[in-house]
Amino acid sequence: MFLFLLKSAFLNAWRHRLRAVLTVTGLVVAILAFGLLKTIVTAWYAGADAASNARLVTRSSISLVFTLPISYKDRIRRVDGVTAISWANWFGGIYIDERNFFPQFAISNGYLDQYPEFVVAEADKKAFLVDRRGVVAGRKLAKRFGWQVGDVIPLKGTIFPGEWSFVLRAIYDGREQNTDENQFFFHWDYLNETMKKSAPRRANRTGVFIVSVNNPDNVAEISAAIDKEFRNSLAETLTETEKAFQLGFVSMTEAIVVAIEIVSYVVILIIMAVMANTMAMAARERTSEYATLKALGFSPGFISMLIVLESVLLCAVGAVIGIALTYPLARGFGNALDNVFPVFNVARETPWLQSGCALVVALVAAATPAIRSARIRIVDGLRSIG
Amino acid sequence: MSSIPFSYVWRNLRTRKLTTLLTAGGMALVVFVYATVLMLEAGLAETLIATGSPDNVTVIRKGSQTEAQSVVDRNQAAIIESNAHVATDRDGSKLLAKESVVLISLQKRGTVKPANVVIRGTNKAGLVLRPQVQIVQGRMFRPGSAEVIAGRAIAERFQGAGLGETIRFGQRDWVVVALFDAGKTGFNSEIWADSELMMQSFRRSVFSAATFKLTESGQFDAVVKELDADPRLTVEAKRETQFYADQSRVMALFIRYLGVTLSVIFSLGAVIGAMITMYAAVANRVAEVGTLRAIGFNRRAVMTAFLVEALLLSLVGGVVGLVLASGMQFFTISTMNWQTFSELAFSFSLTPGIVIKALIFSLIMGLLGGFLPAARAARLNIVDALRAG
Repeated sequence: MFLFLLKSAFLNAWRHRLRAVLTVTGLVVAILAFGLLKTIVTAWYAGADAASNARLVTRSSISLVFTLPISYKDRIRRVDGVTAISWANWFGGIYIDERNFFPQFAISNGYLDQYPEFVVAEADKKAFLVDRRGVVAGRKLAKRFGWQVGDVIPLKGTIFPGEWSFVLRAIYDGREQNTDENQFFFHWDYLNETMKKSAPRRANRTGVFIVSVNNPDNVAEISAAIDKEFRNSLAETLTETEKAFQLGFVSMTEAIVVAIEIVSYVVILIIMAVMANTMAMAARERTSEYATLKALGFSPGFISMLIVLESVLLCAVGAVIGIALTYPLARGFGNALDNVFPVFNVARETPWLQSGCALVVALVAAATPAIRSARIRIVDGLRSIG
Repeated sequence: MSSIPFSYVWRNLRTRKLTTLLTAGGMALVVFVYATVLMLEAGLAETLIATGSPDNVTVIRKGSQTEAQSVVDRNQAAIIESNAHVATDRDGSKLLAKESVVLISLQKRGTVKPANVVIRGTNKAGLVLRPQVQIVQGRMFRPGSAEVIAGRAIAERFQGAGLGETIRFGQRDWVVVALFDAGKTGFNSEIWADSELMMQSFRRSVFSAATFKLTESGQFDAVVKELDADPRLTVEAKRETQFYADQSRVMALFIRYLGVTLSVIFSLGAVIGAMITMYAAVANRVAEVGTLRAIGFNRRAVMTAFLVEALLLSLVGGVVGLVLASGMQFFTISTMNWQTFSELAFSFSLTPGIVIKALIFSLIMGLLGGFLPAARAARLNIVDALRAG
């Protein structure tokens, strides 16, 4: 019986070929758009997702723009539970043109050891460590500008004025799929030496300290202990986990993320309208057929199921194609925008959400026509001329 | 007897209420999203362009892109002040504001989420230079005292920024003595304090930027030339309007890209929706079309009638979408500007241009969706069509 139902539903769906094709196309577009928008939202949080809960970031409590004296490192290291410390400074230089933006950090020795997710060949790492102007760049970044190890990379300083030049000594690969391969690291010592000469007041300072702790469960106490150390000093600190630090950035642009999320659900609403339209038309056209079926003894439930199944079938086809296309589209989109979103992967739950949406669309679209057709009186139905 | 009466088209839409409603509803949503994105872009542009005055010139250190990054020392500021093109006030003082800009993070009201806020250390000239900034409650801060005035958008959203409240930064408590309204400009998202005291608090010896009013708007090029030629200066001058527009180019670009992508995706969906409806309309009325042709209407008239029907449908959708979108004007968006890392609040702005664009957009959707079905109706053979009933 069910097979018969399925077959009838399939034949019904396919009866108006053009309409079926158009409806499925509409669904594909919607599922695809939904998947892409979800992926953008995921990419927005990628930095925070990849961040560790076991690493702490200490920065000036006023705001990130203010630097901390480098002498803080020893006092932080003495705090109970701290196992390693390094520091980094945002550089913000321009490579040839402003459009080529990528994050650049001046890092101290030991920084790379605290980030095991950046995988660098041992020999390259050594080469980087011995070259004062050496640079470690992410795989994606090197690919974007076609850099080879040994290339000289000039940057124009905006925060630290002047023309700077660096030599690429190593390329790091991300250990995880969501590791940011778009960063650029050079020696903090190089920056500091230069500042000592040109702007001594700005030397011996850094933007953030990266603190590793012995036990991730104790991060709250350790953060508090670090901040207490510097309370009422000229440069008070704010220590939080790397994850919280990254989420702070995301939350400042939250309005845009929320807008994208809303839009992704509006897409579904629109396609619901299109789908409901298709089903309403199909049911109206076949009113007399359904009446005939009823006259032959089929139950109202059978007729409702027929309509629901037809709707589900159309949506299933659309969803499968849409989900399949999401991956290549996301790859293309990610490649085109790799300077905005260093990590752009379709999350594992996205296809599930897409399928769920398709199912909801199918059921909502079928609801009204299914109820109406099941309720119709045989005489009225037979009289109807569609 | 060349065209089919309009009432025929109108009645067709009314007969199939549910279908008409769903199709127009879908289109309304598309137009809503399209118009909203345009309004966002327009609101952002309005805020940024209005932030500067074309007669004002902002001078920052060469190579830095934002005020927060820039450094202009006292000597340089004095040299700029002595330039002949800097306008003077009635009492003879120069209309030049030596300003110090820092970012501090403040907590939003009712949350624990911090966001970066611009604190602008300025002087009396800073207020005169920017006539769009008006104190609406309270009084101007007294030079040398720990008093600040806060922009309206900041006072509403941040803890401690309301009138009479205090904010702590630079190891001092600052009392908010006034709220100012800066119209739609970005200054609404700032807090202003006395520059000298502020620099002391943050232990700074240099300004961030100097902004002055030109004696004559046309003198801009001459000023740039003079400043560039002076070997004692390492600065660049921009018209204030240009300066603020440049500050959020990235954001403006992002909104535009997002808008174009969304509009393309959505309009595809809506065109398909319109096509389904119109094809069904044609299919349902084959016999009717045959009759129309038989009584003398030519192919063109039939095609026109169906196209008009599709256009009417999309126009209804467009108007409804616009009405929905106009409600967005009551909302303010606040987000971080990536270039300056500071909070920026702006609202959606509905301009006549956007209304026209959105309506044209909806009509194009209707045209695209209706064209093929209308062509099909026009191509029908009279005899076959009559037999189909």
